Amino acid sequence: MKKYDVVTSISYPKKGAQGKTGNWRVFKPVLDKSKCVKCLQCWMFCPEATIIRNKDGTISIDYEYCKGCGICANVCKVKAITLEREAEKK
Amino acid sequence: MTVMINTGNYIAAKAAVMAKPDVVAAYPITPQTTVVEGIANYVDTGEFKGEYICVESEHSAMSACIGASAAGSRTFTATSSHGLLLMHEMLHWAALARLPVIMCNINRVVGPGWNIWADQNDSISQRDTGWIQFYCSSNQEIFDTVIQSFKLGEHAKVLLPVMINYDAFILSHTSMPVDIPNEKEIDSYLQKYKPGWKLDVENPITFGNIIGPAYYEKVRKAMQDAQENAKKLIPEITKDWKKKFGTYHGDLIEKYKCDNADYILLAMGALGAESKVAIDELQKNGMEVGLARVRSFRPFPAEEMIKLGKQADLIVLDRNISIGSEGALFNETKAALYGKSDAKTYGFVAGLGGKDVTYKDIEAMCKKVVAGKAKDFEWYGLEG
Repeated sequence: MKKYDVVTSISYPKKGAQGKTGNWRVFKPVLDKSKCVKCLQCWMFCPEATIIRNKDGTISIDYEYCKGCGICANVCKVKAITLEREAEKK
Repeated sequence: MTVMINTGNYIAAKAAVMAKPDVVAAYPITPQTTVVEGIANYVDTGEFKGEYICVESEHSAMSACIGASAAGSRTFTATSSHGLLLMHEMLHWAALARLPVIMCNINRVVGPGWNIWADQNDSISQRDTGWIQFYCSSNQEIFDTVIQSFKLGEHAKVLLPVMINYDAFILSHTSMPVDIPNEKEIDSYLQKYKPGWKLDVENPITFGNIIGPAYYEKVRKAMQDAQENAKKLIPEITKDWKKKFGTYHGDLIEKYKCDNADYILLAMGALGAESKVAIDELQKNGMEVGLARVRSFRPFPAEEMIKLGKQADLIVLDRNISIGSEGALFNETKAALYGKSDAKTYGFVAGLGGKDVTYKDIEAMCKKVVAGKAKDFEWYGLEG
């Protein structure tokens, strides 16, 4: 990638260019794999690309960068993703 | 070289088109309208080959210029008064993003009361945005300064937007003969803009991302350094222009008959031109008053002010007022002199709201100072 000599703020595209945004999360999306029908709606709608599409069609969640917006849980038609408050310990 | 007789606005349009910007985005406002109308006419005649973007507001005009400039384009726009104020947020943005957008601002009153005449409060209120600010006093100076501003703003050591200010109607709508170099001369003077970095799909970067306090402070310091660099470059650019094209209007300031002056009058814009007549009359009557017309308000010519202050007492004429304080040029002149000169300073505010200030008025102010009757700071001609 071409690097520039700058006197203002620019950023290069890179995973986590703005830091580990996962620690912004208040609600954590939790996937119940037994309910998932692999429709990939969550993967399509996630604004941060933190739903990982696995080779076998299942999904997993990248908690290092997931900000916990809850869109995945909202679009899941079988309610396989639920939101849990981060601070609550089980 | 040809001579064109036209108004300040059409001359500005001519200069802008000769600089061959890739993008012009503008919104009309009195008294700037004929600048963008002039450029639109050059679209019709085929002389302007860039992209002309009609937008829905001045905020959008500046935003479009910022986007275009970030993509590596040479950009130009023009505005006035309330239009400039609506741009305020994006003026900061253009400067902080180090995008050399070039803009004419026709100095007009800020309302209410609604008024379209000359007054510098519009641009003075934008002085802290990081833009370079020039104030012109003739149509020839408008032409030369617009072309020179592309050279200055796009210079790798500057990379700042430049605002070319001139008085509503007094210059914007008054015709004067102007020497216009031919296309080839301007083309060889002003090479194509080469941005140091830009939005590019082959090398993707984003602009305006989050940065922490320590980096942000460095960005601000870099802007300050760029203004200092501009201060050194302006005299070089104006002298080079004089050599190539023959016209010259001073560099950071224009000195007029200052050699033996005991008093030096400071003014900006068209008042600076009117002041020359007053200086002629005063000197004819044996009063040693000279003139230093401030062309560059940002960067502020502090070193020049100190030199003037070592020679003479200073009379500062402002067509603007920082309410609750004093005229802006008066304020900054005193700040530059503090601790460095014993010169006495006298401030006058005159000509707000486009009120006519004739050479006789300027003479009267200077005579009052010479007679020892002037206050430190006063409003001239309120009763008139």
